[in-house]
Amino acid sequence: MRGEANVRAQVLLWGAQRISAMVLALCVVVRLITIIYAVRNGLSAAEILGRTRGSFAWGGFYALFVAAVAVHAPIGVRNILAEMGWRGRGVDILMLLLGLTLAMWGWRAVWAVVA
Amino acid sequence: MAAMLKVKIWRGAEAGQFQEYEVPRLESQTVLDVVTYVQRRLDPSLAYRFACRVGVCGSCAMTVNGVSRWTCRTHVSKVAADDHLEIAPLRNLPVIRDLATDMREFFDKWAKARGQFTGSQTRKDEFAAVKPESKERKRVDAAIECIGCGVCYSSCEVVTWKPDYLGPAALSRAWTLVNDVRDVAQQERLAAVAGDAGCHACHTHLNCTERCPKGISPTAGIAGLKRAVLKATLKGEI
Amino acid sequence: MKNDYRARNHPAYWAFLTHRISGVLLTLFLPLHFWALGNALHGEAKLESFLRWSDQPLVKFGEWALVLLLAAHMAGGVRLLMLEFLDWRDWSKTLLAGAAGVSVAVALLFLLNLA
Repeated sequence: MRGEANVRAQVLLWGAQRISAMVLALCVVVRLITIIYAVRNGLSAAEILGRTRGSFAWGGFYALFVAAVAVHAPIGVRNILAEMGWRGRGVDILMLLLGLTLAMWGWRAVWAVVA
Repeated sequence: MAAMLKVKIWRGAEAGQFQEYEVPRLESQTVLDVVTYVQRRLDPSLAYRFACRVGVCGSCAMTVNGVSRWTCRTHVSKVAADDHLEIAPLRNLPVIRDLATDMREFFDKWAKARGQFTGSQTRKDEFAAVKPESKERKRVDAAIECIGCGVCYSSCEVVTWKPDYLGPAALSRAWTLVNDVRDVAQQERLAAVAGDAGCHACHTHLNCTERCPKGISPTAGIAGLKRAVLKATLKGEI
Repeated sequence: MKNDYRARNHPAYWAFLTHRISGVLLTLFLPLHFWALGNALHGEAKLESFLRWSDQPLVKFGEWALVLLLAAHMAGGVRLLMLEFLDWRDWSKTLLAGAAGVSVAVALLFLLNLA
């Protein structure tokens, strides 16, 4: 169909969503454990930043997490839109922008709590 | 068991309405028996399809109380607990008249998914030896009993959303052939079933698996295709 | 003609709906989350004041809902990955029960730790 990504690209997008899903599954487990641990005595900025500031491990972890989300979410939204009859180059560009926005905003947030 | 069944049957094509009939309730009655009674005794203009009456030919599938089923082997007692039946044509296919759908697209998609066997041997060659316990042979067995009734296609939500989606039956057939070690057209087949109109559109709703009267899981075959196609794509074969 | 709810009324379809709805909501929430964390760029006090704002019961309820969504999307996603990438067994219902169980357990743990 006109304006649609070719078959090879479609398969690779599917694969990218699954691989990012595998990364996310691990990230989310770590994340949920952290949340449940962190909220025990209520959240405080000092406690959160005390954990993250200057930590390469947390910084790397969250940077990877954000990257995986930025790949995973736009592909999912693209599928939903396609099923509602909204497909083509315009949608693909919009999804690329969504991914870039998520990545930039996400990394900015990571920087904010790590640096 | 009441003496009479209240039966609503779809009349017309895409546009139409349900018409009500009263049909005597019998022991061990099937939904196909009910439709046949209506056509023979009450309204000879009713159009529907059947042939073997014993679950082999795959021609009598309809939508019974909202769910696609093979009517010849669906007992009324199983689906009409309150003695009400609503019988409509299969979904996702153009309705020709009443309970008969145009199944051309359904079968055309089997061809599009490269559902034909392509061998390289002649009758002068030895028989191919395929071990019954091999992984491939077992995967073939899992879906080989498909009768092409269209219940999975009619139940599939992705077909409704994306009319060019090949659908569960055609993809399941392709997976059976992917596992046929004698077939020599594998690369073309994987290319034919790849992408958004092929196996990767499947969302694992399991509608097809839930409804297949033969107990086949097209979802399982489609998952196999997704992996095989991804592997071929990463190798640069697609 | 199209199917109505009767054709879709089975557990695997409910699982799909859960996955889709949670996915969309999480995607919508993410920019907000990133914005909130980005507050730390303007110092610990800014983040702290945001966290104190989030102590309201309604916001806490929202947080709990997000944890449930995240757990459900993750558990349902792992179920999908297993169905797609592992050789098929008759375990689709078992996996479903497992995914539902994990989501509920995580949501409960979060609640318990809040208290």
